[in-house]
Amino acid sequence: MGSQGGGWGQSKEFLDLVKSIGETRSKAEEDRIVMHEIDTLKRRIAEPDIPKRKMKEYIIRLVYVEMLGHDASFGYIHAVKMTHDDSLLLKRTGYLAVTLFLNEDHDLIILIVNTIQKDLKSDNYLVVCAALNAVCRLINEETIPAVLPQVVDLLTHPKEAVRKKAIMALHRFYQRSPSSVSHLISNFRKRLCDNDPGVMGATLCPLFDLITIDANSYKDLVISFVSILKQVAERRLPKSYDYHQMPAPFIQIRLLKILALLGSGDKHASESMYTVVGDIFRKCDAASNIGNAVLYECICCVSAIYPNPKLLEAAAEIISRFLKSDSHNLKYMGIDALGRLIKISPEIAEQHQLAVIDCLEDPDDTLKRKTFELLYKMTKSSNVEVIVDRMIDYMISINDHHYKTDIASRCVELAEQFAPSNHWFIQTMNKVFEHVGDLVNIKVAHNLMRLIAEGFGEDDDTADSQLRSSAVESYLRIIGEPKLPSVFRQVICWVLGEYGTADGKFSASYITGKLCDVAEAHSNDDTVKAYAVTALMKLYAFEVAADRKVDVLPECQSLIEELSASHSTDLQQRAYELQAIIGLDACTVECIMPSDASCEDIEIDKSLSFLNSYVHQALEKGAQPYIPENERSRMLNVSNFTSHEQQHEGLTHSLRFEAYELPKPPTVPPPRISQGAPLTPSTELVPVPDPLYPVVPPLSDTTGPSQLKLRLDGVQKKWGRQTYSSPAPSVTTPHKTSNEIAQSDATHSSSKQRDVSFGGSSRSQVEVSPEKQKLAASLFGGSKRADNATTSGHRVAKASNHATEKSQVAKAAITAPSKTEIAAEKTLSPPDLLDLGESAVTGSAPFVDPFKQLESLLEPAQATADANQGSAKAPDIMSLYADILPSSLRSTSVSNPQQDDMSGDNGLSLESGLSNTVNRTAQGGTAATHQTQLNKGPNRKDSLEKDALVRQMGVTPSSQNPNLFSDLLG
Amino acid sequence: MIRAVMVMNTQGKLRLAKFYDYLPVEKQQELIRSVYGALCNRPENVSNFMEADSIFGPDTRLVYKHFATLYFVFVFDSSENELAMLDLIQVLVETLDKCFKNVCELDIVFNYSKMHTILDEIVFGGQVLETSSTEVIRAVEEISKLEAASNSISLPKSVSTWRSR
Repeated sequence: MGSQGGGWGQSKEFLDLVKSIGETRSKAEEDRIVMHEIDTLKRRIAEPDIPKRKMKEYIIRLVYVEMLGHDASFGYIHAVKMTHDDSLLLKRTGYLAVTLFLNEDHDLIILIVNTIQKDLKSDNYLVVCAALNAVCRLINEETIPAVLPQVVDLLTHPKEAVRKKAIMALHRFYQRSPSSVSHLISNFRKRLCDNDPGVMGATLCPLFDLITIDANSYKDLVISFVSILKQVAERRLPKSYDYHQMPAPFIQIRLLKILALLGSGDKHASESMYTVVGDIFRKCDAASNIGNAVLYECICCVSAIYPNPKLLEAAAEIISRFLKSDSHNLKYMGIDALGRLIKISPEIAEQHQLAVIDCLEDPDDTLKRKTFELLYKMTKSSNVEVIVDRMIDYMISINDHHYKTDIASRCVELAEQFAPSNHWFIQTMNKVFEHVGDLVNIKVAHNLMRLIAEGFGEDDDTADSQLRSSAVESYLRIIGEPKLPSVFRQVICWVLGEYGTADGKFSASYITGKLCDVAEAHSNDDTVKAYAVTALMKLYAFEVAADRKVDVLPECQSLIEELSASHSTDLQQRAYELQAIIGLDACTVECIMPSDASCEDIEIDKSLSFLNSYVHQALEKGAQPYIPENERSRMLNVSNFTSHEQQHEGLTHSLRFEAYELPKPPTVPPPRISQGAPLTPSTELVPVPDPLYPVVPPLSDTTGPSQLKLRLDGVQKKWGRQTYSSPAPSVTTPHKTSNEIAQSDATHSSSKQRDVSFGGSSRSQVEVSPEKQKLAASLFGGSKRADNATTSGHRVAKASNHATEKSQVAKAAITAPSKTEIAAEKTLSPPDLLDLGESAVTGSAPFVDPFKQLESLLEPAQATADANQGSAKAPDIMSLYADILPSSLRSTSVSNPQQDDMSGDNGLSLESGLSNTVNRTAQGGTAATHQTQLNKGPNRKDSLEKDALVRQMGVTPSSQNPNLFSDLLG
Repeated sequence: MIRAVMVMNTQGKLRLAKFYDYLPVEKQQELIRSVYGALCNRPENVSNFMEADSIFGPDTRLVYKHFATLYFVFVFDSSENELAMLDLIQVLVETLDKCFKNVCELDIVFNYSKMHTILDEIVFGGQVLETSSTEVIRAVEEISKLEAASNSISLPKSVSTWRSR
C-alpha cells in the first residue's frame, strides 16, 4: 500500500526517510540516517530483477541522498541504464538523475550519447524535450558534433516548446565551444522571425551573448528589435504572454538590454530607439514589481545609448521615485540606476543627496554596499575625505574578508587620486593598512612606497618632502603598536630607512633603535626583519656619507650578529652587507647608497659587458668558454641532444655533466661568475664573496667597457631570476616600479576633469538632522566644505569652489529675481530642500519668505519642528503610494510576523506543514484536527488578522492554510 | 545567465538545488552552507538582493525570497535584472502553488522530481524559458498525463491524498 502513495508514486519508505531527516536535530543524526539509507540502497539496487517502478524510486532516493551532500556514485550506472527505458516516466527520471549526478566529462556520458541521439529523433515531443534537457547539461565539446545535426533539425520542429529548447541547447553549445557552432549562428537570426513569440523570446538569449561580444555585426537588427519591442509594448502579443498585467515583460527586458548594447556610442542606432523607449517609460506600470524591473532596464538602456535629454529627464524622474520608495529593493535599483546615470548627467545626484545618505545608513548591507559603489563613482577632491572616511569606518565594521579587501583597494585608489593633503593621505593609508593590511594585495604596499618616494608627480619638491616627513612622523608614532600587519611593517621599515633622517628631525640612533625593536618584536617574520635590516643599512650609509660619526647601538649590534648567523640566507647576506658598508669610507658609501635615489632610473647592463675584459683575460689563460644555461640544459636532455650536437660539439665534452649537473642558480652558481667576485668595490670587503648581491645592477653599468662579445644571455637569466624572485623584496623593488610618473600624471589630470563636472552648490538642509546636512553638504560639494578644501587642499579645490559660487549666484537669480543678491543666495536652499523632502509641497515652496527660512536655519528648535512636519507629511504620501500598490506589498508586511513564528522551529514548521496538508483534504479525523489546532496555537491570532486583511482586499484566502505563501495572494 | 537555483528551509535544510554549471557535490554543499549563512544574517525588512561575489566568484548576485518556512534563492550574473529575477521566483512559487494547491514545504520535499520538472520548464540551461505559470502547468500536466499513461498508475496530485488514506 505504501508504494502506491505519495506524489508521483513515491513509497512510504521514502516519505519516512524524508520525514525522519526533517525531524533530526543535528547534522550528525542526519548523517547517520542518510548513511543507513545509502547502505539499504546499495543492497537493494544490486538485487536482480527489480521491478522498474521500484528502481525508479531508488533512483529518486539516490538523487535525494546526493542533494544532502552524500556520495551516491554507486548508483550512477543504474541512472544511466534508466535513460534507455522506453517508458517516458522512467526515461525522464533517468535523465533527471544523470543531469544531476554527472558532469559533461564523466566517463559514463559516452553511454548516454547514443540514447540522446535516438531520443532527439523521437516522435513523442516530450521525449525530445527530455533529451534536449540532458543535452544542455551533458554534452561537452567533443560530443557536440554527435548531436548537433539532430538539434539543428529540431529548430524547425512543429512544436514551439521543442523549437524553444533547441535554440537554448544551441546557445549552450555556443557557450561551451563557440567554434563548433559558429557556422550555425545565422539560425538564431532566422528564429528571431519565428511565428511563436516564445521562440522569438528564446532567441534573444543567444543574440544577447553574441551582441555582447560583437555589436557591430548586428547593427542591421536594430530596426527589427525596435519594432519587436514596439509591438510587445503595444500589447500585440497574445494575452497569455502577459505577466501581472504587463505585456511579456521578460522579453521587453531582454530587448532593452540588447538595444543598450547596440546603441552604445552609436548615435544613428540610438535615434531609432528613442521613441519606443520613451513609450515604455510612459506606459510602464510602476506599481508592480515587474513594471519597475522594466523601468529600471529602460534607465540602463537610456544611460548606455547616445544621450537624449528627454529620456534622461524621464529616467531621472523614475530614479527619484525609486529612491523615495519604501521598498529596499527599489531603493537598491534606484541607487544602481543613479550610478549609471551620473556618468552622463552628474548634476542629478545632487537632488538625491539625502536619499543617498539615508541608504548609506540603512541597516541593509546590500544597499549600503551599492551606495558605496555610487559614492566611489562620484568621488572628487572636494568630497574625498568624507567618502573615504565613511568607507574606512564601514570597512572596519564588517567581517567579510572579500568585501573588506575590495573596499580597502577602493579607499587606496581614491586616496591616491584625490588626496587633499599629504597629512590626510598618510593618515588614511595608515588606517587602511592597520585594519586590512594582511588582506590587501602586496602591490598596494609597493604602490604606497612608490608614492611616498615620488610624491604626487608634481614638480614641487617641498610638497614631496613634506609628505615624507609627515609619513615618517606618523610611522614613528605607530611603529610600536603590537598588532600591525606584516605588510604595513614592511612599508614602515622601508620609509624609515629611506627618509627617516632626511629632514633632520630625528636622529639616526633614535630611528635605528625603533627599527631594531621592530625586528626583535617579530622574530618569526623574516620579511619584516629583512626590511628592517636594509633600512638600518641605509640609515647608517647616509650617516657615513654625511661624514657623521656612526655609533651602532648595542641592540643593533646584537641584532646584526644574530642575523649573520641566521638560517635565512637572505637575512644573513643583508647583515653582512650592512657590516661591510659601515666599514667603508664616505665617498664609496655615497656612491653605493645615494640618498633618496629610489626613484632614479636604473640602467641594467644585460649583457654584463663590464665583465668582458675579465672573461677575456681568463680565456687567454686557457679557461673554458662559458656556455649559456639554456644550451646546457638542452644537452642534458638526451632526446634533444643530437639536434644540437653539431652546433656545440666543441663545447660539450668537458663540461657537460659533472660541473653542471644542477644548474640551479642559487645553489651552484656557474664558475665564471663566482670567480668574478670583484664586481663592485663593496663586495671585496664582504667576508664571503657573494655573487648574488642584489644592488649590483644599478651600480655596475658604468664599470666595464665592452670589449668582447660573448654570449652571456644565460648568465643574465640566472641573475635576473635570483634577484627578482628573492622572497623578501629588497631595496630594489621600488626601483623597479619607478618610472611611472607619467602614469600618475595622467590619473591626476583625469581627476581634475572629474572635478569640474560636479560643481554643485551648497544646500543647507533645514528639515533633516544637522548631522545629515553636514554629511550631505560634504558629500555633494557643499560650499562650506569646499572652503575647507581650499585651505587644506593642495590642488584643484579652488577652481571648483569658484565655479560653485558662480552657479549659486546664477541659480539664486533665477529663483528670486526681486531679492537682493545676498538674500537670494541664502534662500537658495528652500526649493531644493522641499523638492527632496516632499514632492507634494513643491509648488508653494519657492514663495516662502527667504528671511523666514534663514531664521529657521539659525534656530534649531524651529528646525526640528520643521523636521517633524516633514516626517508627518511623508507617511501621507506613502499611504497614497501604498494605495496604488498592489495588495501584495501590504500582505508581505503583514505576513512577516507569522514567518517569524513559523521559522522559529523546524520541527514545528514541519509538523504544521503536515497538519496543513491534512487540513486541506478536509476529511482528516478528529485526532488530526486536534493536532492542527494545537500546532496552530501560537499563530492563530496572526492568521486571523491576516485573513481579515486579505478578505478586505477582496481576495479569497485559503482558510486552512493561511500561513503559507501568503504573498501569492496579491 | 542563472547560475543556480536553491530552495532551503529556514533551518538550512536543502529542499532543492540545481546548479547550471557542474560543480562537485562537496563544492555544492559548501556554497549552499555559505548562502544559508549569509541569508541568516540578513535582517528583516531589507532588500531581497545580495552581492554573491564572495561566495560564487566575481559578477554574481543573489536574489532570495522568504516564504513561510522556505527560502527561494536564485544566483545569477549581471546579464539578468534583479527585479525580474525576483519575479521569476514569484513565477516559480505561483506555479508550485497552483500545482499543489496551497503548496507547503512538505509538497516540495515529497515531490522532489516534480519540482525539477517544473523548474526545468521555467529555467532551461541557465536561461529563462517560460514565465507564464499557466503555460508551465500545462506543460507539466501534459508530461504527467503521458507518464501516467506509460506507467498506468494513478498519480495523485500531492501528498495530501496520501495523508488522507
